[in-house]
Parts: sequence; structure tokens; C-alpha cells
Amino acid sequence: MLQEKLYDYLLHLGDNSMILGQRLGELCGHAAELETDIALTNISLDLFGQVRNYFQAAAQIKGGDATEDSVAMLRYEHEYKNTYLVEQPNEDFAHVIVRQFFFDVYHQLVLNELMKSKNETLVAIAKKSIKEVDYHVDFSSTWVKRLGDGTEESHAKMQTAVNILWRYSMELFKATEIESWAADSGVGPDLDQLKPIYLERVTSLLQEATLSLPEETVFQYGAKTGMHSENMGFILAEFQYMQRAYPNMKW
Amino acid sequence: MENKTLSLEDQFQNRIDSGENIEAKDWMPEKYRKTHIRQISQHAHSEVVGMLPEGNWISRAPSLRRKVALLAKVQDEAGHGLYLYSAAETLGISREELNEQLNSGRAKYSSIFNYPTVSWADMGAVGWLVDGAAIINQVMLTKTSYGPYARAMVRICKEESFHQRQGYEIMLSLCNGTEAQKAMSQDALNRWWWPSMMMFGPRDEESPNTEQSMKWKIKKKTNDELRQQFVDQTVPQVEILGLTVPDKDLKWNDETGHYDFGTIDWDEFWDVVKGNGLMNEKRLKDRNEAWDEGKWVRDGASAYADKQAEKRAKKTA
Ligand SMILES: [Fe+2]
Ligand SMILES: [Fe+2]
Repeated sequence: MLQEKLYDYLLHLGDNSMILGQRLGELCGHAAELETDIALTNISLDLFGQVRNYFQAAAQIKGGDATEDSVAMLRYEHEYKNTYLVEQPNEDFAHVIVRQFFFDVYHQLVLNELMKSKNETLVAIAKKSIKEVDYHVDFSSTWVKRLGDGTEESHAKMQTAVNILWRYSMELFKATEIESWAADSGVGPDLDQLKPIYLERVTSLLQEATLSLPEETVFQYGAKTGMHSENMGFILAEFQYMQRAYPNMKW
Repeated sequence: MENKTLSLEDQFQNRIDSGENIEAKDWMPEKYRKTHIRQISQHAHSEVVGMLPEGNWISRAPSLRRKVALLAKVQDEAGHGLYLYSAAETLGISREELNEQLNSGRAKYSSIFNYPTVSWADMGAVGWLVDGAAIINQVMLTKTSYGPYARAMVRICKEESFHQRQGYEIMLSLCNGTEAQKAMSQDALNRWWWPSMMMFGPRDEESPNTEQSMKWKIKKKTNDELRQQFVDQTVPQVEILGLTVPDKDLKWNDETGHYDFGTIDWDEFWDVVKGNGLMNEKRLKDRNEAWDEGKWVRDGASAYADKQAEKRAKKTA
């Protein structure tokens, strides 16, 4: 029972990194500057590295034939626990950066707490990942500032991305049953406590970037409990393609 | 004393002949500079365009391990592009200009990247054959006369041989797998074999630059010699995989100690070079879209940098 919950919690943690990593992977080779291409690919690589750690642990709990790949790729859409935010498409560079920034600040807060988890596996993964994610925060924050406070055009594009993506941000902090269990049992963070710090960090950096949060936002919730956006099916169609078309093979 | 009677060009050639490197600040014949700008930038463009056919499979990689390895590989190619653009810049041309030459279609890049990657096995075949053929060309260049180019190639070659092993390892996994996987890898070999053979360029009789290139150590062996080396080294690897080279004329020749092979379809080669491959347009379109979409980003970043510099100036004033 306990192990089942831990399994689900690992999916919560891994799925966000995985779907964001997948989105970033789509950009590989298509960035305007080689330097940015390399940096975004690096972030994708870091995220998938973390995913493999989470899902190797999950596969062990599951036992039997389970592997990191079966955990990652052989689930139905509603069984994925990532948020709406990370499913959002690579509309333009502004969307890519703002999505990254909104996620990175959350990710950093969560990992800092996971380093104090009662679960040793999570502590070990968090300790390894935090250095990477500190860099991600740095990267996305720097770009938010550059483009927010750049030209009129870059400012407008960034503000549009903020306006569109902000509605998906609060889902990060709305605990599901499993996340509440994790908080109560000292396995994971209490998301309610992280939320004010998140709001403070995001608002102050946006301010520095001469950007602002939209005044009224209707927040969207649901992806974490399996009600995904239309994006998700297409993401999985690519992500799972080989495993579905050629089942039970070694690669 | 003697040197004074030699022309600058002769002195230059003597330096190369004695194994010295030419550095960016050294005097060089204009033709040497131009040839190197062209060759190094073509090479850089090939690395960058080469990211696209493999990038095509990142989102569909069959396992997390393969996805991570492929991401890292394509990222390496971006790094190669960077080193090589930097080497080209030492000869007095800007990144902007080089980019413009690529995007406008005026500059060439390796034709191999105008072929499509249609199955996962292509990730194996490309790493194994395309990176493999590239290494044969490039190992030579680690000792080329132009210092910045030679040094870039030393770093690049290390990574390329890793790519080649990784590609072959993908093929091995497939060939040790199911019938469907074996069929996929045979199909990939069928499609990539001849284009890889073409990577060494036209036959020696039709390759007029070879002599000059040898003098400047851009080349040490001719196209045909390199191609033969590729065949000799690759055929045994094909046999280990249990696959068949799509060339009915391929056979070992005891007398020469080499494999004989069939005739390359040079019409196809020139068609693709001239822009009529399946993917020529798409590759250039992708590069142009990335560059055009990046304009507001570059403008934004440079406006921000200007503002920051202004702020710093005010503070110190
Ligand atoms: Fe390369
Ligand atoms: Fe390579």
C-alpha cells in the first residue's frame, strides 16, 4: 500500500520532467543560435536523466517485467500525472522560456524540500538534480530579463507568453491525494507552503524584467489527475510510437 | 639568407612542408584563405544541417536510454558547428555572413543530409556509416596545415568515433533482435550505403582540386583511396551484423587485397548536390525558419545588453 503510493508519487515527479524534456527535445536542431540549442538540449538531457532515476525506482517497486521504459512509455494518457504547463507547445521562443521559467522556480523549490525527504532514494535523486535545476533557473531567468526588458517586440512577445501560460501555473501547487499523502508522511513537500515563496520569486523577477502577471486569471486544474489537454495525445503519439508499434523488443 | 630570395608563397609552402602550422595572424596566400573559409564553413554547415535528420527521431526514440544518447549526439554536432564556425571566423568572416551563405543556399553542406531518416534504424546507420565516413575524411584533417582547423578537428574526431560506435551498437541491438528489427536495419543499410560511399566525393579523375589540397594538407589521400578504405573497413562490420551490402558486384579481391565494388550512381550524386534530393528544400527551410524566428530574440538580447551597459556607465559616472 505504502509502496503503491510511493510509486504514484514517483510518477508525479517524473512525468513533469519527462513531458517538459520531450517538448525541449522537439527543438533540438531548430534553435536560431547554436548556443541556445545546446543549452536547451542540456536542460532536456538533465530532465530525462532525472526521469530515469525516478522511473528506475518506480520500476523496482512495481517489480515483475517493469522497466524505466515501461513505466515511462506504456501507460494510457489518463495515467500520466504531469501538469498542463509542461504540455504546452513550443509556440515560439517566448513560450519556451516562460514555460521553462514557471516550471524551474517550482522545480527548484520542490527539490530543495525533497533533499529533506524521509525517503532516501528521493533524497539522493534530489541532491543530484538540484545543481542542474539551479542552472535551469539561472538560464530561464536570464532570458526572461533579456527579452522582457529588450525591444518593444520582445517585451510584447514575452508578455503574451506570460499571459497565456500563467493560468497553468497554480496547478503545480494544488496537491493531489498522493501529493498530500507525501506531505503528511514526510516524503515530499507541503505545496501550500511553497506557493507564497513561488509567487514572490516569480513576481519579483517578472518585475525586474518589466513584465507583469495578468490581473485576472482563471486557473486551469486537472492534468495532474489525468484530464489532459489536447496536446497530450500528440505528445504521447510520438513519445510512445516505437514501444507501441514494436512491442516487447529490446533497443 | 636564402629565404630572402624566396617568394612569400614559397616560404609559406616551406613552412607547411616542414610540418609547421599556419596560424590566423600569419601571412597566407589569398587563395589559401578563401579555400579554407569555404572548406571550414562547409564543414560547419554540415554539422549544423546534420542535426536535422537525427533530431527528427529524438521525440520518437524507442527507450529513454536511446533518447538521452541521441540528444547528446545531436548536441555534440552543434558543438562541432560552433568550433568550426570559430575556426572560420579566424580567417576574417563573421558568423552572420556564414549563416547568410547557408540560409540563402549559396554555401554547400554535405549532401548526405539531404536524405530522409525514415526509421529508427536510420539512427544506427547514420551514426555507423555517415559518422564513420566522416571520420575517415576528418582524421586526415587533424594534421592539416591551418592550426585552428587542425585543433578543432582533434576535438571533433574524438566525439565522432564515439558516435560511430554508438551507431554501430544501435545496429547490433537491432540485428540481435526480432525479424522486424532485422528488416528495419537491412532497409536502413540499403538506403544509406550508396549515399555514404558518395560522401568521399567524385572519382579522382573528376576531382581537380586534389593536388592543391594535398600541398596544403587539406587532403592526404584521394577520394578514391578514402572510399576504398571505407569499404574495406565497413564490409566486415556488415558481416558481423549479418546484413547484406546492397551491391551485387561487391567481392574480395585477393590480388589487390581490397574489396571490389560496383559503380556509384553519379547522376544521383550530382542531382542531390544541385538541390534535387528529397530533403534539400526542407533542410534549408528549417534552418531559415529557425534563423528568422530568432531575429526578435537576437534584437531583444542586444537591446537588453545595451541598456545594461548604459546603466553601468551611469553608475560609474
Ligand atoms: Fe560532427
Ligand atoms: Fe557525429
